[in-house]
Amino acid sequence: MSDLLQIDFGEHGASPVIGIDLGTTNSLAAFMDLSGPVVIPGEDGERLVPSVVYRSPAGEIVVGNAARRMLIDDPSRTVYSVKRLMGRGVADVADELKLFPFRIAPDSDAVIRLDLGERTFTPPEISAFILIQLKKNAEAYLRQAVTQAVITVPAYFNDAQRQATKDAGRIAGLEVLRLVNEPTAASLAYGLDKRNDGIVAVYDLGGGTFDISILKLHDGIFEVLATNGDTHLGGDDIDNRLLRIALEDVASEWGEDPSRNGSLVQTLRRAVIDAKERLSFGPRATIDLDWQGRKYQREIAREQFETLIRNIVDRTLGPCRNCIEDAGLTPEQIDEVVLVGGSTRIPLVRQAVENLFRARPHTDLNPDEVVALGAAVQAGILTGAVEDKLLLDVTPLSLGIETMGGVVSKLIHRNSTIPASATETFTTAVDGQKNVLIHVLQGERELVKDCRSLARFDLKDIDPLPAGAPRIEVRFLIDANGILSVTARDERTAKEQSIEVKPSYGLTDNQVEAMIQESYAHAAEDIRERQVREARLEADQILAALEKARAHDAWGEMTPTEQVLIERALNELLTVYHSEDHELIRAHIELLNQTTMRLAELMMNAAVRTALKGKTI
Amino acid sequence: MSAPDYFQVFGLAPKLALDLADLEQRFYRLSRESHPDRFQRATPAERERSLDASAILNDAYRTLRDPILRAEYVLKRLGLPADSKQVPPELLEEVFALNEALEGHNAAQLKAGRSHFEALRAETDLELQSLFAQFDEGDLAAPERIRALLNRRRYIMNLLQTAAHV
Repeated sequence: MSDLLQIDFGEHGASPVIGIDLGTTNSLAAFMDLSGPVVIPGEDGERLVPSVVYRSPAGEIVVGNAARRMLIDDPSRTVYSVKRLMGRGVADVADELKLFPFRIAPDSDAVIRLDLGERTFTPPEISAFILIQLKKNAEAYLRQAVTQAVITVPAYFNDAQRQATKDAGRIAGLEVLRLVNEPTAASLAYGLDKRNDGIVAVYDLGGGTFDISILKLHDGIFEVLATNGDTHLGGDDIDNRLLRIALEDVASEWGEDPSRNGSLVQTLRRAVIDAKERLSFGPRATIDLDWQGRKYQREIAREQFETLIRNIVDRTLGPCRNCIEDAGLTPEQIDEVVLVGGSTRIPLVRQAVENLFRARPHTDLNPDEVVALGAAVQAGILTGAVEDKLLLDVTPLSLGIETMGGVVSKLIHRNSTIPASATETFTTAVDGQKNVLIHVLQGERELVKDCRSLARFDLKDIDPLPAGAPRIEVRFLIDANGILSVTARDERTAKEQSIEVKPSYGLTDNQVEAMIQESYAHAAEDIRERQVREARLEADQILAALEKARAHDAWGEMTPTEQVLIERALNELLTVYHSEDHELIRAHIELLNQTTMRLAELMMNAAVRTALKGKTI
Repeated sequence: MSAPDYFQVFGLAPKLALDLADLEQRFYRLSRESHPDRFQRATPAERERSLDASAILNDAYRTLRDPILRAEYVLKRLGLPADSKQVPPELLEEVFALNEALEGHNAAQLKAGRSHFEALRAETDLELQSLFAQFDEGDLAAPERIRALLNRRRYIMNLLQTAAHV
């Protein structure tokens, strides 16, 4: 029977590679069908899976719409917008903490840990829960195991944020074949290359991040010329502004400070978001709060809303202008503009984009889905299903090393097409020196203190020689995911030089490995549990059927020996019913099946006779 | 790992004057051949080779499509690397004037300085262009003269940046 359910996916016969948009607010998966990219719906039939994770007191993880409801019922066990914390340290997020109810655990170090009831989790682990849900949805939908994925990231994500996303994939049991930049993925989904060659700008304002990318399209090649953005600018910021006003209102109207009541804040946040969304389609909307019988209402006009958020929208324009300049273009030279991300539904945002680019933007694809669809196209490129397209993306930030006086020497400039590499020769400063430490940074500023520390690479076991004599050639390579790797070689001996990597932010390989082991252990437990549950369900069905059969005339037609055998098989099944061994349960179901075969046959015959009789009348 | 010859990557002779449209076509064609996307299901060794080859291709394209980076690359291979320490003597006076304007916060003088440096850069670029042609024809004196002009240009760019960031 299971053969009938097997669907053959394409001529390659390989397991499908899904495309995943792991968003701040919503996440979704898509896959490449024969006709093109298709969104994979969630368990509840909804296309978007809210990026919300809830952990019940029993330790059960709930993701998506069900978890979003828990944001109100049990806010201290629920996390949202975790993407804002990916690849960041505690000091980085001090500002966020004022606005988001993140509960940072005291044992946080280079990696943030969030309290979720009895346990703490890192942002990659929480993202992994979302990925596991998407993987499950895909497996249920495709009726096939899914182990490989393309995951999208904001174009302006740095190395640590990309690495954290890749770690999340690994923890979720997914091999991340590629990280693709969100705006670039969107341009793939639009298939603009089919229409004509030209210059396209993709403006992507999501829940928590803003990206602008400018691409040159030519004969199926998507060449990114420049990218810019802000990884902490999005719809969340707009929500927070409205929320602050509403909180102040409620405080003065009710005469008590609502901001300490997590459940109330989340209910109000929901009401604020509803009003924001309605303001995209009407001239006014009401923030409508009904909390445990207490009410609060405030009408907001579109103009008021626009005044409130204008400087948030304006913050996207600087990166846009820089991006145009970096691409060596003027706004007039941009042929088409594509809007991506839910926040681009806001009329003020559309207007700002139109004014800047002097072009009416494309909005024909759903801005919430277009990134995942593009990720599925990229998955198709990787499997060979899509042959004509090729994406040439860039690194968003310059890569450099620390030199004398705390100055950064740039090795790979921003907007370099990736993969990109640079080679630098290092030597020693004192006689017999055996180690050289290389501090790698990302950013555009001149001084180390103004750039983002990426990692320290320790060249070890250098032959003890006079100062300046060793020559270690170090190659910095940014791969197609935008992630750095470093290799070193002794120029004299041509031997590979050993390097120890100390990432400044993020998990070490060992930590990720431990998390993977743990998730495997949980997964194995989960599977065992499910199999036992399913076996018992099946036992219930056959026991109920037998119960009915014994009241049937056919039961009397059985020989006493047959009846004894059936009774015995029935009792044995009841004995093993509560065992935790699903195979044992199934074996006894099968035995009962065998012994009741003739009974079933007799009942079938009786049923046929009745049916025929019915016909002759 | 000997340093790859960027011109060879594109199958081109080492010239300072390049047809950019032709270079772009070659870049796209070679990208389709070597990009890691094309080797996702290949052996680890093949994937590594593709990553390496496309990194070098991208580095080469970035260097050769920009006339100044291209010239610096060619001169470096000829044993004439950039010299950033020496102030070209003929620019000394300009440097003094700029410093004076900076110290005196003289906006008008700074503005005048900026347009003056812009003009100097345009002049240098024009001169470089004709020297590039001479280089490509095999003029043996050209490399040294290009070196001096590139040093000068780099200095002018620094002055421009200083004047612009006040």
